[in-house]
Amino acid sequence: MSATLLHAAAASSAPGNPWLNIGIFGAFVAVTLVIVFRASRNNKTASDYYAAGRSFTGGQNGSAIAGDYLSAASFLGIVGAIAMTGYDGFLYSIGFLVAWLVALLLVAELLRNTGKFTMADVLSFRLQQVPVRIAAAITTLVVCFFYLLAQMAGAGGLVSLLLGISDTLGQSLVITVVGALMILYVLIGGMKGTTWVQIIKAVLLIAGAGVMTVWVLAVNGFDFSRLLDSAVAASGGNAAILEPGLKYGVSDISKIDFISLGLALVLGTAALPHVLMRFYTVPTANEARKSVVWAIWLIGIFYVFTLVLGYGAAALVGPEAIAAAPGGPNSAAPLLAFALGGPFLLGLISAIAFATILAVVAGLTITAAASFAHDIYASVVKKGKPDAGAEVKVARRTVVVIGIIAILGGIGANGQNVAFLVALAFAVAASANLPTIIYSLFWKRFNTQGALWSMYGGLISAIVLIALSPVVSGSETSMLKSESIDFAIFPLSNPGIVSIPLAFLLGWIVTLVSNKREDARKQSEMEVRSLTGIGAEPPSAH
Amino acid sequence: MGNEAPSAEATTDVDFPAVQQSAEFQQLRRKHRSFVFPVLGACLVWYLAYVLLASYAHDFMSIKVAGSFNVAMLLGLLQVVTTFAVTMWYVAYANKELDPIASDIRTKIERGEEVK
Repeated sequence: MSATLLHAAAASSAPGNPWLNIGIFGAFVAVTLVIVFRASRNNKTASDYYAAGRSFTGGQNGSAIAGDYLSAASFLGIVGAIAMTGYDGFLYSIGFLVAWLVALLLVAELLRNTGKFTMADVLSFRLQQVPVRIAAAITTLVVCFFYLLAQMAGAGGLVSLLLGISDTLGQSLVITVVGALMILYVLIGGMKGTTWVQIIKAVLLIAGAGVMTVWVLAVNGFDFSRLLDSAVAASGGNAAILEPGLKYGVSDISKIDFISLGLALVLGTAALPHVLMRFYTVPTANEARKSVVWAIWLIGIFYVFTLVLGYGAAALVGPEAIAAAPGGPNSAAPLLAFALGGPFLLGLISAIAFATILAVVAGLTITAAASFAHDIYASVVKKGKPDAGAEVKVARRTVVVIGIIAILGGIGANGQNVAFLVALAFAVAASANLPTIIYSLFWKRFNTQGALWSMYGGLISAIVLIALSPVVSGSETSMLKSESIDFAIFPLSNPGIVSIPLAFLLGWIVTLVSNKREDARKQSEMEVRSLTGIGAEPPSAH
Repeated sequence: MGNEAPSAEATTDVDFPAVQQSAEFQQLRRKHRSFVFPVLGACLVWYLAYVLLASYAHDFMSIKVAGSFNVAMLLGLLQVVTTFAVTMWYVAYANKELDPIASDIRTKIERGEEVK
């Protein structure tokens, strides 16, 4: 395989055949649509629509969690990061994986046992319903919005890379099609349809990455060390790509920045609303536990694959060719697929990347819609007594509204540097949600005032710090793309190291300072229910 | 239906404070907490140590173990291995130590018996 030839092919234009890419993606859409239609026949009650009738097994839900969690950022992004900056990309994926232990040990089962549909169900269980529910719904919507915007903006970049569409109008059109498809899935299929899309996507993604991993190793005689050596050789003999430090080790600030990011990744995952909501789709806490076990295995194996794929892309494609390709580092995985299996494998990997965006966006949308319809409309506006069927109707309308916002946001953010939004979503989840989840499950004394201060304090501090950080202003590479506008008085790009401890402290201090005691009986009920599963929401009977 | 758990409405007459005070529930609570808190704490410290080593112990992480395979990669893969191991350990612990007590308490509540 000639590296120079590949280099030339990659530098001149997007490789592969756009029509083949579209064809394979179209087949994925057709298959999943049929499944969604078939799955949607029993979508009458809120439990069916939000929680798929609690009918999925641990294995199915675990695959769907992996499908929900392994976003385009973690597939294309991490492979690209390892190919370009070496080892530091892998640091990122380890944080994404270890985070699941928090979900497994502290959150998944207890949440399944106490809640119904949303994160706010658990947080407001023994505190004052209305203020806590509103706060939890707001943080849910904010996290979903940031995450959604990042995915949709990424879709524009993918289009130019995979379909060879470089003009803005064409890209906007594709973003609209992706958004419209997503609305269709979620509107018709509800949680059941969304889950199946995520399961199919997870299987395709992990299988595709697995085949490429074995292939890369085979090309190098199944000798990982030899692969590393050829990656170094293709990077101009730069052995530093095998060691940490190329990306995050450049200065003291960047080191602290990485620790801050690591903290947000590890503590944010178990507080992401769209991940939490998945635990309600299984019948029992035991199945929720199995879901996380499946998810941990799938996600862990996948991230080991990305290590091989990242160095494989460096070795077989070369950092220069990747940097020169449309899409930059994000093109590393598709270009590697092209180098290995030609246009067909490229088409397959491209279609999987699109399916990834679709599946993640669908999961976020149903979470946001459920939070609005269940927490704000049914519980606060209608005081827990909505008319029959009205809640699901509101949820469906919210899906359309969020879908339109996602399309417009994606078109607006296309070409903008919004890569920080995913990290920000994790930081907001870790600061605004996790302290209150942990305190309300494990700390008897915790009260409404503590919850509100912790949630709003974590949310506001994370967002204000990011607004005052170098990712928003101060340089050509920041969001405002100008050196002349500079209000970056906070030096880090990741606010977690400040906002997460702050939110934990606020929840603790405010609870102790305020004299208000909550209903002790409710606390007893929550603790007994969370650990034993008595009174947990049963699966629907059909 | 295939699930014996009663709906949320059916549990409103349960005396939760009494169950919470019972020796059996306190044992379940202790067994749960004495596993999850220390184990999770150790895992987070182990992850933090890895991140700090990657940031501040560059020379140590660059030591070659086998061919070009270095300490940094070994520690990264060890993080994956410990995550898998802790997962399986917790599942085994929960199946053996937590689930029997939890289901016993649940059965007693459903039958209207006193949890001691």
